[in-house]
Amino acid sequence: MRRSWWKILSIVLLLYCFIGGLFVPLPYQIAYQDSNLYESMRNFFFHVPMWFSQLAMITVSLVYSIKYLGKPTIQSDIYAAEFARTGTVLGCLGLVTGAIWANYTWGTYWNNDPKQIGAAIALLIYVAYFVLRNSMTDIDKRGRVAAVYNIFAYFIYIPMIMILPRLTESLHPGGKGSEGNPGLGGSSLDPAMRAVFWPGVLGWILLATWITTLLLRVRLLEEKKLSR
Amino acid sequence: MNQPEENVWNGLFWMTQLFVCVNAVAKSFLQESPGRMLYFYTIAGARDFILAKLIFNAVLMVVMSLVSLLLFQLLMGNPLQHPLKFVGYACLGGCSLSLVFTFLAAIAARARQGAALMAIMGFPLIIPQVLLLMRMSNTAFADVIQGSLLQIILLLVALDILVMVLAVILFPFLWKD
Repeated sequence: MRRSWWKILSIVLLLYCFIGGLFVPLPYQIAYQDSNLYESMRNFFFHVPMWFSQLAMITVSLVYSIKYLGKPTIQSDIYAAEFARTGTVLGCLGLVTGAIWANYTWGTYWNNDPKQIGAAIALLIYVAYFVLRNSMTDIDKRGRVAAVYNIFAYFIYIPMIMILPRLTESLHPGGKGSEGNPGLGGSSLDPAMRAVFWPGVLGWILLATWITTLLLRVRLLEEKKLSR
Repeated sequence: MNQPEENVWNGLFWMTQLFVCVNAVAKSFLQESPGRMLYFYTIAGARDFILAKLIFNAVLMVVMSLVSLLLFQLLMGNPLQHPLKFVGYACLGGCSLSLVFTFLAAIAARARQGAALMAIMGFPLIIPQVLLLMRMSNTAFADVIQGSLLQIILLLVALDILVMVLAVILFPFLWKD
């Protein structure tokens, strides 16, 4: 956790993604001709990587929850909670960036689009997770019950977020009215955008992990102090 | 004249079902005393216990759905074009709602918190299902061509199965005292 190579890598990748995102030439047809996106398409480099890294954080939290049920150690519980915490913050950011983008392209901040609703649901699920954690004082019980809820909620949430937007008419790309993968704007991503996008995803995931490791170190130290 | 129109009727019905479910299912777990839970623990395995609760609550909820459907028709008029279809949808919906809330009630009971916590946890998880149910039951009102009706029904059934499987796998961990 203390090694710095991946932290430096994350900063480099993020700088690359931000600068590249603002400079890269957008695909003319998709951004300027066929839609009203214009330059706001550049939000793609911010909004979507935040979502990817939120999914990554939540998946890691799930893994630690499963580990906790297999072998109940306080470390697994702390890891699960902190990754979920960072995931929630990233979810908020993703929702806000999406709402700002929506205001310029779809008309209003909130459009009752299935993916937006799915995003809000994810946020509510993890807020409920923290409410559940705080409602219990017994550490073992807290870890176990929170782990069970985390697993249950994840396995209901992920099918929902993957399947629902594809089934119903959605303003996001990939819904009923349009084609392509709902994550990546159109049937395939323009190569220039791809070159900026994927490193950006990796950069955001690394940044989120870095923030989480800082939170973890604080909590583990607190725990060590308490248990002495 | 004073009867609500179809969309409102439909929405009201599913919102009422949601509240009925929360209250009906909350009682099943949250009014068990710890002594009785211990007794169950000694005579039945965790899997059997949770399956029994799931099935019982599903049946209870189906009965409640039919009763509330009757009351709705009495009190708010009958805008249904295909009543039998709607009865089917109400049963499926009641079943789906009750499965999710049963497991959440088990979690809330373990946390020794009340129905409020169960509602907080349940609300986000149930929104997608309620949306699907509303979309599905709209077809019973007018001859709306809902292209993906079969997909929606299959998705709901698949979700129910998923919730049951998750509940059966995860409940033994909750059960350990």
